Amino acid sequence: MSLEIDGIGIAFGGIKAVDGVSFTAKPGEVTSIIGPNGAGKTTLFNLVSGVYRASAGTVRIDGRDVTGLPAHELARCGMARTFQNLQVFPQMSALDNVMTGCHMQEKSNLLADLLGLGPARRATVRSRDAAMAALARAGLADLAHRPASEMSYGQLKRLEIARALVTGCTILLLDEPAAGCNAVETREVDDLIHAIAEEGKTVVLIEHDMRMVMRISSHIVVLDQGRKIAEGGPEEIRTNSQVIAAYLGVHGAAEAEAAAHA
Amino acid sequence: MAGQGTTAATAPVDTARRAHAGNGKARALIGPGLRTFLIFAVLVALGALIFPSSYFYRVGTLVWINTLAVTGIVVLLGYVGLVSLGHAGFFAIGAYATAIGPNYGIPSPLAMAGGVALAGLLALVVGRPILRLSGYYLAIATLGLGMLIWMVLSKEAWLTGGPDGMTVSGMNARNLFKLVGLKLKSAEAWYWVAGFVAAIGAAIAVNLANSPSGRALRAIHDSDVAARSLGIDVARAKSRAFVISAIYAAVAGALLALANGYITPETGGFMHSVEMVTMAVLGGAASVFGALVGALILTALPQLLTVFADYEHMVLGAIMVVTMIAMRRGLVPFIADLWNRRKS
Repeated sequence: MSLEIDGIGIAFGGIKAVDGVSFTAKPGEVTSIIGPNGAGKTTLFNLVSGVYRASAGTVRIDGRDVTGLPAHELARCGMARTFQNLQVFPQMSALDNVMTGCHMQEKSNLLADLLGLGPARRATVRSRDAAMAALARAGLADLAHRPASEMSYGQLKRLEIARALVTGCTILLLDEPAAGCNAVETREVDDLIHAIAEEGKTVVLIEHDMRMVMRISSHIVVLDQGRKIAEGGPEEIRTNSQVIAAYLGVHGAAEAEAAAHA
Repeated sequence: MAGQGTTAATAPVDTARRAHAGNGKARALIGPGLRTFLIFAVLVALGALIFPSSYFYRVGTLVWINTLAVTGIVVLLGYVGLVSLGHAGFFAIGAYATAIGPNYGIPSPLAMAGGVALAGLLALVVGRPILRLSGYYLAIATLGLGMLIWMVLSKEAWLTGGPDGMTVSGMNARNLFKLVGLKLKSAEAWYWVAGFVAAIGAAIAVNLANSPSGRALRAIHDSDVAARSLGIDVARAKSRAFVISAIYAAVAGALLALANGYITPETGGFMHSVEMVTMAVLGGAASVFGALVGALILTALPQLLTVFADYEHMVLGAIMVVTMIAMRRGLVPFIADLWNRRKS
């Protein structure tokens, strides 16, 4: 399903953290959000996923207006996400973390859960299988029974991806999935994201690793100080002078241009 | 590129899944809920084997009743991470309904069920607004709720007998056992009933922990934001946990009223709420066995060491402080850790 963001914005104490940002993320593609620190990328994710309430603009999923829906209902619309600062369940094992992601798929009811009846047990068995498969996809099968509190930062990043995947989402928001990963792990995450998009899911990615962004994105949206300053394919963005200015400063941009001409 | 990634990843999953399935089969013969029930049943029987007098049975009955109430706290505090300092209020609603019912011609079992339903309903109605709060704010709000209930019980003397309390007439557990031809003393009969109900309560709490709803509760405990992002309706889940824990307290209260034959508003007092939370924290708020150990120690200790009588609340406070400093997760996890470390 496509995710359409139209003029979305929010202000914190008069400062517009995100200001009138619009873009569309299409199924089967990786759309990346880039920009310098403090550009409003994570805030944008929080707006889209219902953690914050937007003060302006709309979010639509396949044309359906979902602006202002609470986070758990957005999840039910097929949106899943990972978090920049990690929101794993530290007291649970890796497996239980991911099993929790199966919540929406679990066909059980409170009575069955309390009495340990068939629906509760079957749901648990099914969730365990789905979670094991997702852990394997994220390269964490060997760590299934390890408490999340004992896993490395890079592993937890991938654990969050596995947990988001089992929700059965069609739209996946990934906030710096490769942070804390070494080169080999980054490559694995890269492959995983690519495979997820190939399945037809809509992937929106925030990432600082520019090589990764350029490699896997179909579409790139550049934010600076809460505003969208550019949008386009990797090649367009690479050569966009405004983008270079935002990253390197106006001075640096001039130098870069001079270097390009030389 | 993508295909390569997936084939490479399939190999480990198969072995992992197989290992897991094997593990699961051994466990599937007897589910965690039933296992807990059986362990509790053995402990109840063990008590009966060693108790020399009715007095011990009475203390034992109290232990099981408290275990049941504290199991409710475990669900709320241990699973979801919500602190309630007003659960004695729900306990008292169960107790007083059971006491008042027969005075108006309502048979004990029905009065009991009514009290439990009332407590659950109150938790449902009050829970929605209160459970938006967290941490100290929630603790204070529940404290207020408990105080309100306690005040009603103390002031409405025409109904509750006021501060002096009231006698509870009606059902005696002996009659239950007579039906099957067993002649037990009243104290023994109540002991078995309380133990049985506590065992069922423990089994239910363990079932919950291992179920979809239980995983949702534990998720909320660790991260509200992540739980929401996975489609968990946090407000609803918290409300359910609150109602469930209130029902535990109310059933325990009803049992106490019947077993003791007498109740006072203090069953709904602030100190009783604190006692329940202390028991849970001392034993280890995350498990039903923690509830049992906490209830056992804090029920039996003051009874067996009567020297504490005047200092009971001081000792309670001291135990709380020491637990928080030395073993924050409670006795049961603390000992389990020691045990595991010795083994390895």
